[in-house]
Amino acid sequence: MLQIKNLQVKAEDKQILTGVDLHVKAGQVHAIMGPNGSGKSTLARVIAGHPEYVVTGGEVLYEGRDLLEMDPDERAREGVFMAFQYPVEIAGVNNAYFLKAAVNAKRKHLGQPELDAMEFMELIKEKSKLLEINQAMLQRAVNEGFSGGEKKRNEIFQMALLEPKLAVLDETDSGLDIDALKTVAAGVNTMRGPDRAIIVVTHYQRLLDYIVPDHVHVLSAGRIVKSGGKELALELEQKGYSWIETGAQPVGA
Amino acid sequence: MTQVVERLQPWIATVEGRAQGAPRWLQDVRDKAAARFAALGFPTVRDEEWRFTNVAPIASTDFRPSAEAVVSAEQMAALPYGNLPLRIAMVNGRFSAGVSRLQNLPRGVRAGSLAAAFTEHADVVPRYYGQLADFHSRSFVALNTALAIDGAYLYIPDGTVLEHPIEILFVTAGDGSSAEMTQPRTLIVAGERSQARIVETYVTLREGTYFTNAVTEVFAGEHAVIDHYKVQQEGLEAFHIATMQVNAQRSANFSSHSFSLGGRLVRNDVNAALDGEGAEVTLNGMYLADGDRLIDNHTTIDHARAHCPSHEIYKGILGGRARAVFNGKIIVRQDAQKTDAKQTNRALLLSDSASINTKPQLEIFADDVKCTHGAAVGQLDEDAIFYLRARGLTYFEARDMLIHAFAGEIIDRVQIEPLRQALEAELYAQLANDLAEIDAA
Ligand SMILES: Nc1ncnc2c1ncn2[C@@H]1O[C@H](COP(=O)(O)OP(=O)(O)OP(=O)(O)O)[C@@H](O)[C@H]1O
Ligand SMILES: [Mg+2]
Repeated sequence: MLQIKNLQVKAEDKQILTGVDLHVKAGQVHAIMGPNGSGKSTLARVIAGHPEYVVTGGEVLYEGRDLLEMDPDERAREGVFMAFQYPVEIAGVNNAYFLKAAVNAKRKHLGQPELDAMEFMELIKEKSKLLEINQAMLQRAVNEGFSGGEKKRNEIFQMALLEPKLAVLDETDSGLDIDALKTVAAGVNTMRGPDRAIIVVTHYQRLLDYIVPDHVHVLSAGRIVKSGGKELALELEQKGYSWIETGAQPVGA
Repeated sequence: MTQVVERLQPWIATVEGRAQGAPRWLQDVRDKAAARFAALGFPTVRDEEWRFTNVAPIASTDFRPSAEAVVSAEQMAALPYGNLPLRIAMVNGRFSAGVSRLQNLPRGVRAGSLAAAFTEHADVVPRYYGQLADFHSRSFVALNTALAIDGAYLYIPDGTVLEHPIEILFVTAGDGSSAEMTQPRTLIVAGERSQARIVETYVTLREGTYFTNAVTEVFAGEHAVIDHYKVQQEGLEAFHIATMQVNAQRSANFSSHSFSLGGRLVRNDVNAALDGEGAEVTLNGMYLADGDRLIDNHTTIDHARAHCPSHEIYKGILGGRARAVFNGKIIVRQDAQKTDAKQTNRALLLSDSASINTKPQLEIFADDVKCTHGAAVGQLDEDAIFYLRARGLTYFEARDMLIHAFAGEIIDRVQIEPLRQALEAELYAQLANDLAEIDAA
């Protein structure tokens, strides 16, 4: 599904990613952990196509195609989804209106008929229960005045509506209390399936108790310095990151 | 306000040739206004109120008072606004009965020619006409007051509710061969507990350079609820200077929605005096400019009494090398305790060469008050664009969504559905044009 080879990325003349290798197959869940500022969000945002980043080396293949050649919106319509670490507030744009536009942009791209208001409401009803999205959140402006938890739930709600093939969740657990965390994790877990790959970026083992990963990677100073199974996350929780030799050979999963 | 005397001379000559023989009180007002105009001359950029707006292009043009003109029903029907069931049609500043729609007005309501009302409603008009708008210190108000020969008059008696909105339509007509000026004048007197929705529209059937110098006076009696809409869509070579002066009595509720969509050099002054306890005023505005156009909005909310809330949101979208000015003055006088004033002013710059000068101006002399103001000027939010694109919307769709959201906050407050639709259509058509130009560049 996703093959990242020796990816090097700069922003404002600062080299952030120094050679990331990552191979994610359909059906898998990968967790990426690592200290603050190691480049986790940068990796997520480069996958989503954020224009602030310049790729200075390496390649990213998505279903065998050059992902870096695609515009961010094309990536989204082709099934790439990133849940933002900091979802953007958009004044004046009604959340339900935005969600409908997003769903229909994708449907149009795939040659499916666009949903009308009734059909969309049905879809919303079905997906909103799981993530405890209420009517008020749908009728407000996108993310505006949402609490931290509501923003994160709204991100996963969008994922549920858009049914991406590849989802990158950037610290979707941060700022959530334990109940909200369980809700969000349940939402993500229902999305697990043989045709979908999920990358979870997190600082904490806690989320991985609920979304159990197949592989865990440690990103440090812009590269993956250690990879392992779900037990690696537990080890990191106990020992912190300092025991990992940052000079270690990157290991592909 | 030193003036180049030669420039002012033809203007003074025009003012001296003003209409004579009006009822005494009116002649008196006109004479005083003429004298004030001659003394004041035109403002210059050294005048604080006109720092960013240079009216020399107006002062140096030899504008002649516009001639009488006839507008056909077909021409009226083709105008972008004016299709409400009630309308006072004004052509080149003169009431035009033939194309007005004033049937089925509630008892006691007077709507039509101000010139007629000067004599026919002489117990009311002199109490307000020239008494609200300040011709003593404002030269354009003085010019209008000296020269206006007619105008629109709307009188709503106590306790009367105008169920349907009424439009006051100022049309500039002419063959466009000469530079003409019109002095549109409006007087609205709304009695106690009366209610009305009023649309004041400025449109044109002519090309080229002309000058509209409008003055509107509104008196909102106790508990009156008045919703006022102004739509300015002059020609793109036109000058439009306008002052609206509102006096809101105890517990009156007055809202103004000002849409500036045309004109080459536009100045709108909206001044509202909260002149009784519990009066409430809302001043909203939306303006759009591109090319080399200039739109200047000056507002003053004068909290003279206690317990008055006021709300204000002005928003602009500027493309090309367009310039805008926003100056929102809020005065809270010593007796105006418990004032609650909110002001927001935002501008969206679609191009690097567009600019705005903006400033809030708070003059607060009471201590127990709440005044908030905020200004934000900028380009489209790149983070928001990326967020929308990351959900599958194209750059163009994302941009449209953000611009429409920006304008929607003002347009969606229009309580007259056909007007809201017409404004939305016009605004988005102009925006589509501007954006296409930007994309082509
Ligand atoms: N657009 C940018 N321009 C300049 N520097 C950037 C940009 N984005 C990220 N950086 C820098 O790159 C480094 C990595 O940032 P990134 O946000 O990817 O880290 P992270 O691993 O997600 O951290 P955290 O755990 O705090 O979320 C940081 O030093 C950050 O300041
Ligand atoms: Mg991060």
